[in-house]
Amino acid sequence: MTQAFRIENGGLINRDKKLSFKFNGKTYLGYEGDTLASALLANGVHLVGRSFKYHRPRGFFGAGVDEPYAVVQLYRNGETEPNIKATEQELFEGLEAKSVNCWPSVNFDIGAINNFLKIFLPAGFYYKTFMWPKSFWYRIYEPFIRKAAGLGVASTKHDKERYEHKYEYCDLLIAGSGPSGLAGAYAAAKNGAKVILAEDKPRFGGSLLTSDVNIGNQSGKDWAEGIIAELKTMPNVVVKNRSQIFGYYDHNMLVMSEKVSDHLPSTKKYHPNKRLWYIRAKEVLISSGSIERPIVFGNNDTPGVMLSSAAKEYLKVYGVLVGRKPLVFTNNDSGYETAIEFKKHGVDPVVLDSRKNPESEIIDEAKNLGINIKNSYVVVAAQGYKKVKSADIASISEDKKQLGKIENIQCDCICVSGFWTPTVHLASQSGNKTKFKEEIDAFVPGQSKQNEITLGAANGVFSLEETLKTSFTAGSELSKKITENDNKVAIPNVVEKKSSQHDKFWCVPLPKGKNYKRFLDFQNDVAVSDVEIALREGYRSIEHVKRYTTLGMATDQGKTSNLNGLQLVSEIENKVVPAVGHTTFRPPYTPVSIGAIVGREVGKHSKPTRKSPMHSWHEKNNAVFVDAGVWLRPRYYKRGNENLFEASKREAKNVRTNVGVCDVTTLGKIDLKGPDAAELLNRVYTNAWLKLPVGKARYGVMLREDGIVMDDGTTTRISENHYHMTTTTAQAANVLSHLEYYLQLVWPELNVNVVSTTEQWAGAAIAGPKSRYLLQKLFPNSDVSNEGLPFMGYMEGDLFGVKARIFRISFSGELAYEVNVESDYGNFMWEKIMEVGEEFKIQPYGTEALSTLRIEMGHVAGSELDGRTIPFDNALEGLVSKKKDFIGKRSLQRSAFIAEDRQRIVGVVPLDKQTSIPEGSHLVKDDKAPLPNPKLGHISASCWSVEYDNPFSLAILKDGKNMIGQKLFAMSPLKNKVIPVEIVSSHYVDPKGERVRS
Amino acid sequence: MLYINCPHCGMRSQNEFSYGGDASVIRPELNKEVSDQEWDNFVYNRKSLRGKHLELWQHISGCRQWIKVERDTATHEIFRTFKADEEVA
Repeated sequence: MTQAFRIENGGLINRDKKLSFKFNGKTYLGYEGDTLASALLANGVHLVGRSFKYHRPRGFFGAGVDEPYAVVQLYRNGETEPNIKATEQELFEGLEAKSVNCWPSVNFDIGAINNFLKIFLPAGFYYKTFMWPKSFWYRIYEPFIRKAAGLGVASTKHDKERYEHKYEYCDLLIAGSGPSGLAGAYAAAKNGAKVILAEDKPRFGGSLLTSDVNIGNQSGKDWAEGIIAELKTMPNVVVKNRSQIFGYYDHNMLVMSEKVSDHLPSTKKYHPNKRLWYIRAKEVLISSGSIERPIVFGNNDTPGVMLSSAAKEYLKVYGVLVGRKPLVFTNNDSGYETAIEFKKHGVDPVVLDSRKNPESEIIDEAKNLGINIKNSYVVVAAQGYKKVKSADIASISEDKKQLGKIENIQCDCICVSGFWTPTVHLASQSGNKTKFKEEIDAFVPGQSKQNEITLGAANGVFSLEETLKTSFTAGSELSKKITENDNKVAIPNVVEKKSSQHDKFWCVPLPKGKNYKRFLDFQNDVAVSDVEIALREGYRSIEHVKRYTTLGMATDQGKTSNLNGLQLVSEIENKVVPAVGHTTFRPPYTPVSIGAIVGREVGKHSKPTRKSPMHSWHEKNNAVFVDAGVWLRPRYYKRGNENLFEASKREAKNVRTNVGVCDVTTLGKIDLKGPDAAELLNRVYTNAWLKLPVGKARYGVMLREDGIVMDDGTTTRISENHYHMTTTTAQAANVLSHLEYYLQLVWPELNVNVVSTTEQWAGAAIAGPKSRYLLQKLFPNSDVSNEGLPFMGYMEGDLFGVKARIFRISFSGELAYEVNVESDYGNFMWEKIMEVGEEFKIQPYGTEALSTLRIEMGHVAGSELDGRTIPFDNALEGLVSKKKDFIGKRSLQRSAFIAEDRQRIVGVVPLDKQTSIPEGSHLVKDDKAPLPNPKLGHISASCWSVEYDNPFSLAILKDGKNMIGQKLFAMSPLKNKVIPVEIVSSHYVDPKGERVRS
Repeated sequence: MLYINCPHCGMRSQNEFSYGGDASVIRPELNKEVSDQEWDNFVYNRKSLRGKHLELWQHISGCRQWIKVERDTATHEIFRTFKADEEVA
């Protein structure tokens, strides 16, 4: 329970607030402001997991987003989340985490046997080994490998957390709050620019939190705090911590994931767990800093080996010693900074510097403190299994090829620094082609592609003075362009220690007779030997080497491994690094929760839900709803214990015998006004429209230019220059766009305005032999007789004081009307219809009965107008004018469209008159024919005919015109059914259409 | 996400628009004899080029106007936008 590795004072944690947490079932204490990683290290816990492939013990390597090892399974508030970096997860009271990728426990892991079999598991092992026998892959190999490898388990439960999306616009977006980001933000803010400053860590300041520098008579840390405090008071500035900009997309759109609640025991009421920001920035300042890269040596993955900058951060930010006998292995001055911090806290480090004779202020300071420094010395191999116990070290020749005599020295951690790699990910994602900078052995952004500029360490500039100068200037200049203000900000004086040149050395050679694993990619267990194999086997392109070895393909995306991988390839291939090139940097920069990406669009919110004005009536009357596009429509109205089949049969039968009413509000409605409206209709529909009188409706079919039916519906001439068009529910939006396309681009000379009126009207279809009696009672002042309102007639009426439109049109094939009132009166209309209709035994009917009625009448709908059929296929060729031109007409001359045996709609009845035919079944001539059995057609819609009390289906059948009377088989392999059927006319009921005219 | 300058509304994000294909395609006049080849070219054949491309977009969640956008299909750079009836020089 003691935090044995916590120093007495110092760090930025809140020592007044102790937090208890559990790791692998054991309880520990940490402080507010800790990460899970710093709290575990404070308790001396270095073993956090097992590696991906060999199950080697894993510790902590970094202190932030670059961490390749410390991936844990997190338990919070009854939920669990995999793939959490312990170095990023802030501690909260009651936090629980477990190691991943180990069984039965992190201390004793059976999979670690792979470590002793590693000679058998080189790069490409899985590709080569598990090829044979083929059938073994799914049943044996794949499940086994899946169980053995992995980085945690995703929850299978519904995620109770809420995630938000936010859209934001700004003048200047700044990625990273280190010295460069702060200076740029401050200068731009003073110029009145709208600034967003994003920091992925909880604390602002970046490298200033850990570096020993002074800015304008203050420590770097204090200066950063002052700047942030002032920025927070400015109304034109948004500063966000715990916010990672992970993607740079087209036209300066960047996406940022803000962790709103991850640092709390549970999400606060009304707060989201994460918030995803879509930010459109006029200018972007990338100040994402750099990541220290390791030097490669034997067993360099042993727990206790970590980046020297991480060791310094644990000490300066968290007050934690990562060891009491540290060994610092460096090729540049950064290692000395870490050593000096250790020394200041009473710990004696040993520094191994691969350079022969480096000189700088920092090294002088280290010498003055009495630190033991060994020049031209390297770590050959770490010793120890679950924790570093000692190191084999040796001197190294100037050409870095010969090792001197190997000595063993005791140590409990090895802090390694192989210089710095600029974080160029965002710049690269913006389209910026990176260039190799020799002085720092790394890639930096090249010519800006979008409105982005990269400054400071991310641009390969490691001098604080230069960083501040360029960043203050950039902030001023970029904002001046936008706001036209020119408020100069004084650039403060900087006191920093000058560094000497780093050594290009990056990989320690193997001593004679030793075969240590030297790891490049710590998360995917890719060693130097694996890349050597890949190249030996002929992989040349760096993209291929990456995929074959999986180098850089783990969740850390190779933040600490990519450059060393390139160095190795360039050495073996004898090319310079820029000639090898690098793999593509793709978003996201670091893993982002799927929940954050999905946002609020989950479950029923994944699409809008549209309801008719009569929805509440349907609900009250036991409607069972069905999704019809984005609409909710009553499928049937349940009575007692009825099921779907029984209810829809009852409803359909009632329409055929009495009268029914159906909510048809969802139909698309478009108003067309203007002197050329008739001409437009004449060009859009296949039939003639110029002579339609006022007060009359007509059924029309419209095609796409390729001759395929797009939609059908009725259009009514309300007055001289005013038409009311209806479309199918599904195609309403497309038809409006279609009309706008022709009016705006093709025939702008036509004087017509079109507008959607779907929401303005509530619609009720009244259908059945008694519908006219009902209508007479609803509209006692109107003449709705067969003469007064004939088939396809239209009139306005007065529905108990409410203005209504009455159309005599029919989808059910019965005598039928459609009544429209303004939406607000929809419920009133519906209730009146039900009230007045009671004496005629009215029943509401849903979409299932509606389908039954139209199917047995042979009326086509969406399942026949499926984007593959022409008018002929739907027996609608009678509506295709031979005299006039219209959209898509020329395509109807295509040879396939006029073929003798062209497909056509038919009716299908099972020979036993009992078995319902599944929709989608194929029609074949011979059910025993060898596969693939030639398909003659498919079942498009099925129902139970209420007229004849047997199953009936519609089908689109090849040569359908000549197939009436033929016996075929309907086959549904999905439902495992083979049904002998007879082909009949699609007009199964009332083939002459007498009822609608009665 | 693209940022498109609607000539009627100003700069708007791509999610307010829907794509409408090649803007250089001209529909043959009504009631005119059209060869199979001409009709095929109108209905089906598109260049699918890499580089500068004049294309149609409709501002469906805005002014509902069809506009022409000159865009690089490889880099997504947008050079100019035009109203439906504007001459593209």
